[in-house]
Amino acid sequence: MKLQEKLISSFDTFGKSLNGSETDSLRKLRTEGMEVFKAKGFPTTKDEEWKYTPLNKSIKHDYDLAEGFGSDMKSEDVDPFLCTGIDSYKVVFVNGVFNVSLSNITSQDKFFVSHLKDAFEGDSEIFNKYYGKLADTQQSMVALNTAYAQEGAFVYVKAGAVVDKLIQIIYINNDGSRAMMNQVRNLFVVEDRAEVQILERHQSLSDASVFTNVVTETSVGNEAHFKHFKVQNDRETTTLVDSTFVKQGTSSSALVDTFAFGGELTRNNLHFEFAGEHAEAHMDAITLLKGSSVVDHHTFVDHAVPNCQSNQLYKGIYDEQSKGVFNGKVMVRKDAQKTNAFQQNNNLLLTDDAVIDTKPQLEIFADDVACSHGCTIGQLDDEALFYMQSRGIPLKEAKAFLMFAFAGDTLKNITIPELKEQLINLVACELKVDLELNEVNL
Amino acid sequence: MLKIQDLKVEIEGKEIIKGLNLEINKGEVHAIMGPNGAGKSTLSAVIAGREEYEVTAGTIEFEGKDIMDLAPEERAHAGVFLSFQYPVEIPGVSVTNFIKTAINESRKARGLEPMEAKDLLKLMREKQQLLAMDKTFMSRSINEGFSGGEKKRNEIFQMAMLDPKLAILDETDSGLDIDALKIVANGVNKLKNQDNAVMVITHYQRLLDHIIPDFVHVLFDGKIVKSGDKNLALELEEKGYDWIKQEIEA
Repeated sequence: MKLQEKLISSFDTFGKSLNGSETDSLRKLRTEGMEVFKAKGFPTTKDEEWKYTPLNKSIKHDYDLAEGFGSDMKSEDVDPFLCTGIDSYKVVFVNGVFNVSLSNITSQDKFFVSHLKDAFEGDSEIFNKYYGKLADTQQSMVALNTAYAQEGAFVYVKAGAVVDKLIQIIYINNDGSRAMMNQVRNLFVVEDRAEVQILERHQSLSDASVFTNVVTETSVGNEAHFKHFKVQNDRETTTLVDSTFVKQGTSSSALVDTFAFGGELTRNNLHFEFAGEHAEAHMDAITLLKGSSVVDHHTFVDHAVPNCQSNQLYKGIYDEQSKGVFNGKVMVRKDAQKTNAFQQNNNLLLTDDAVIDTKPQLEIFADDVACSHGCTIGQLDDEALFYMQSRGIPLKEAKAFLMFAFAGDTLKNITIPELKEQLINLVACELKVDLELNEVNL
Repeated sequence: MLKIQDLKVEIEGKEIIKGLNLEINKGEVHAIMGPNGAGKSTLSAVIAGREEYEVTAGTIEFEGKDIMDLAPEERAHAGVFLSFQYPVEIPGVSVTNFIKTAINESRKARGLEPMEAKDLLKLMREKQQLLAMDKTFMSRSINEGFSGGEKKRNEIFQMAMLDPKLAILDETDSGLDIDALKIVANGVNKLKNQDNAVMVITHYQRLLDHIIPDFVHVLFDGKIVKSGDKNLALELEEKGYDWIKQEIEA
């Protein structure tokens, strides 16, 4: 049976297995999600938004839809994929299931870092207020996720609170015996004047195919500050479809910083919406690809109100036969005067076979705005390489320096030193060099 | 130290060096002079190993070994240094990080451990003083936003740090005012000793007032057409390159 039919026909059984443990409103969301998915199915390249990114290879595997089993992983098996050396809250999932012993969750007066399933089974006011309200449930991948999602992280930060540690959310798959499809869901609610930083990673440890369809809803209150780092450095047997929705209040700031380094196919749908004035949104991304990996970054920024600022900085380096897509849409609505929208997509193609499709889209209906976009596609500078070689720096290291110099400015918004160091090391590791890469005057 | 025999070099099918012979021994300073387009910069790039140039004939030996098949970094590890006429800006790589990597890669090639951080800092401070560079220089991106003089001083600073056997200075005087020229020349003179050699490529006599050559060669249309001592440079300054041209044609 094809995956699409299997997902549709299994839904009834899935509903029964929940055994009435969930609220009516949640059940309704699930049913509606399934209706949308039934009507639309998986997106195809005929769909304008998926034109360059065929899912057909990813959906041909016979994924097991049953819930996985938390295997006996130890914390030292998980550590290599986390930011270590600092205290953090951890939400760890193994084969799609929350693992309490590897996690370090918390529930305090001012904030909590928790397992989403607990909220599904409770009748939390905050949960009901935000869950399924920020995501575009008409998108078929979001609808599919809404129908099935059971696992994920739920972070709530009360007005005025600052979460004292980095929150790390990691989804690990280590079951090599079967292909798995995971529908995971995150909900982050950051109330007025609150602050939090989150690192999210999806990691497969076996050669079995894994398809992760993740949806994240984030609400950033007035004067609140939010940072979300995504590490997408997975094996070549994995597909990740990430749909992230951020809604920002007045004078808030939000950053989504994506490190896209691998996987068979990665699709990022990133939505930002301004609900209050004087807010700032930053979208940074560094894409380093090789082999036949495909990464597609789709962004949509909705300037619905005046006086907001959005910054998109997407840098990509494509080696071998890898392929990238950048589609950045900025909508400036009629009343959104004094909008500042900036978009930059720079790419290096290291081989003749590497491909980048880049498409900026600005739709501006206001007349007093500053909007710009730029995209470049180039190669490494031979003169600079020779200069470094003539000083004794081998070609590989010289290339790494140039690549880091090219992409390093996407790291400027990382303020936790340990996190920055580890992300830079990750880049060095990806470039296969043992160099001290540091930022200077970027 | 350097022995070039009957060298012929092409780029994109055009012959630039047309049978060149040159021998440089340790302890010597050689000046290569000549009009624009004579092949001066091509010669320096070919010795340093730039791949775009195709060597069609002849040999280049360095310390008795053929270096034609060596990559530019391997030539650097062997002790060849080229100071660029137009040093390249590399945003995002600090002078410190760059020089540290260059030194340690060279040490690695010789089977040595990386230099201790404190030794490296000490050496850097010493060489900075030699070239009258201020400390903030070290944390700036290499050559980015540097003035012409700063770029050339940075080149000689790197030369001082790497301590090459053969230093090739390609038009190091271009773009320098007299004060910067003196600092650069003084740096080179301090680094000069009986065991290394310098090859100065220049269009004008000016730099040779400060770095005194033992030999002066005139490169013209891809060949060395005349060699002499430092007085040849003075004669060229006075009479211009047309004089050489007439002499060859006569």
